[in-house]
Amino acid sequence: MKTAEFQAIYVMWLRQMKRFIRSKSRLVSTVVQPLFFLLILGGGFRVAIFEGVDDYLSFLAPGIVTMAILFSSMFTGISVLWDKQFGFLQEVLVAPISRFSIIIGRTLGGATVALIQGVIILLISLGLGVKISGVFGLLLTLVFMILIAFTAVGFGLVIASKMEDFQGFQLIMSLLIMPLLFLSSAFFPVTANPTMKTIAIFNPLFYMVDGLRGSLVVGVATVNHPLLDLLVVVVMCIIMMGAGSYLFSKSEV
Amino acid sequence: MDIIKTDNLTKNFNDLTAVDNISFSVKKGEIFGFLGPNGAGKTTTIKMLTTLLHPTNGSAKISDFNIVKDRDKVRKNIGVVFQEPALDTELTGEENLDYHARMYGIGRDKRKTRIEDVLHLVDLEDKKDVFVKNYSGGMKRRLEIARGLMHYPNVLFLDEPTLGLDAQTRRAIWEYIKKMNKEEGTTIFLTTHYMDEADYLCDRVGIIDHGKILVIDSIENLKNSVGNDVITLSCSDLDGLIKRLEKEDWIENIERHESLLTLGVKKGDEKIPVIIEISQSQNIQIKSISVRKPTLDDVFLHFTGRNIRNQETADMKIPPRFRSRGG
Repeated sequence: MKTAEFQAIYVMWLRQMKRFIRSKSRLVSTVVQPLFFLLILGGGFRVAIFEGVDDYLSFLAPGIVTMAILFSSMFTGISVLWDKQFGFLQEVLVAPISRFSIIIGRTLGGATVALIQGVIILLISLGLGVKISGVFGLLLTLVFMILIAFTAVGFGLVIASKMEDFQGFQLIMSLLIMPLLFLSSAFFPVTANPTMKTIAIFNPLFYMVDGLRGSLVVGVATVNHPLLDLLVVVVMCIIMMGAGSYLFSKSEV
Repeated sequence: MDIIKTDNLTKNFNDLTAVDNISFSVKKGEIFGFLGPNGAGKTTTIKMLTTLLHPTNGSAKISDFNIVKDRDKVRKNIGVVFQEPALDTELTGEENLDYHARMYGIGRDKRKTRIEDVLHLVDLEDKKDVFVKNYSGGMKRRLEIARGLMHYPNVLFLDEPTLGLDAQTRRAIWEYIKKMNKEEGTTIFLTTHYMDEADYLCDRVGIIDHGKILVIDSIENLKNSVGNDVITLSCSDLDGLIKRLEKEDWIENIERHESLLTLGVKKGDEKIPVIIEISQSQNIQIKSISVRKPTLDDVFLHFTGRNIRNQETADMKIPPRFRSRGG
């Protein structure tokens, strides 16, 4: 690979980081919103008794971490649309670098930003008294976080390649992502309701939340073994990244 | 030497033919302009030449590299300033230039000196640390031109470089374009629908309309093709006057444009009394008459049969309720 390609990947990554750090509102909102979920939902449902859940906060924390990473990464994928509308994408596309490098750089940048946010939420959860399972669990958690980030960036790229403006994105968020998130056991166990449990099998987000939960916390029953979840998430990640980069590389400005 | 050469370049969008079999070449070091109304196919041509769009048919070469087969080599050799600003507004001016240079594989030391050079060329040295979102429209354009020059391109493409800018800024941009053509020896391919812009900047102009090139020539020759002087007049009986004037061999060309008549002549001011005399003898009343040096407007009128501004209004659809029964 030529140096220009590495430079291109680096530039794409650096640009995302700079934009993230400089955008105070984004920095605040992406941390504050999950924090509200954690504190308010966590505080409110703490008194409720769910089957197989000793500590609701420990149950909720992995769900919120997943949510934060998902939203942040999808935003990165979608922000290609932004570049399309503001013309910056053209500047990148006429440069003598492969589309592949552009996608890699962008994905790495988005994933890094998402990981930073995820880790912040994780640290806050720990501060609130969430019990974690140990070093190996923490490492597996990081693997899950990275995979979730890449999958979501890939999904964002798919949407961005197929859409012209942001209205469609809003639609997908409220009609697809939000219901899937509610049915993913991020906020409450889906095992008590047979219908929801069946839906969960086909819900990609379920495997992310379940896997992250299984690897991160103790005292909370999960549906699948974390490694089984891991396998499913790896497969989804490959499919989404493949589809995202294929569609992006095909798109003409 | 031809730095750009196209051969029957064509682009279709579904049923619409945006660019229709155009063949032309641009010489090294010249400023070449595509002049035509909106929707003539100028931007589509630029997008094909800059490898953003695949041609439906035909081919083109830039510095002897094929725009489809050697895309990366073409990209290395060209700089592009798009019609819409393509800067990252969340970054500073210098960062925009630096990131650009990195993507073109320019080393650290070279990057630094080159950034200073191009910033100096467009007088933006003192604004390099300002976020681009705080730049004015003219400053953004200048920064884009500077960025287009960063990697020493052989050809710089400028798509409507002064669209939406005020008169003073336009003139300043023109000066920058001339300066870089002279100082860096960059060949420039620009598109515009402003006559004065093409007139001021271009060595040669191609007039393009409905995806076809109508004529390519130097500004000088194009103007001469209309006549040394242009007399425009309106009168009570256009057809009658045309019939009479066709007998006069000192008139180089006669063209009728709706209610106006334009005549290409030599020594126009001496011919006005003659024309008035002739029309009086025919009992035709002259309503207005003027003489001027030919402009690119006249050239455009000559080759397309209408001027650019008329085209714009003709394209606007008149609602049906205003169309019926007439005045």
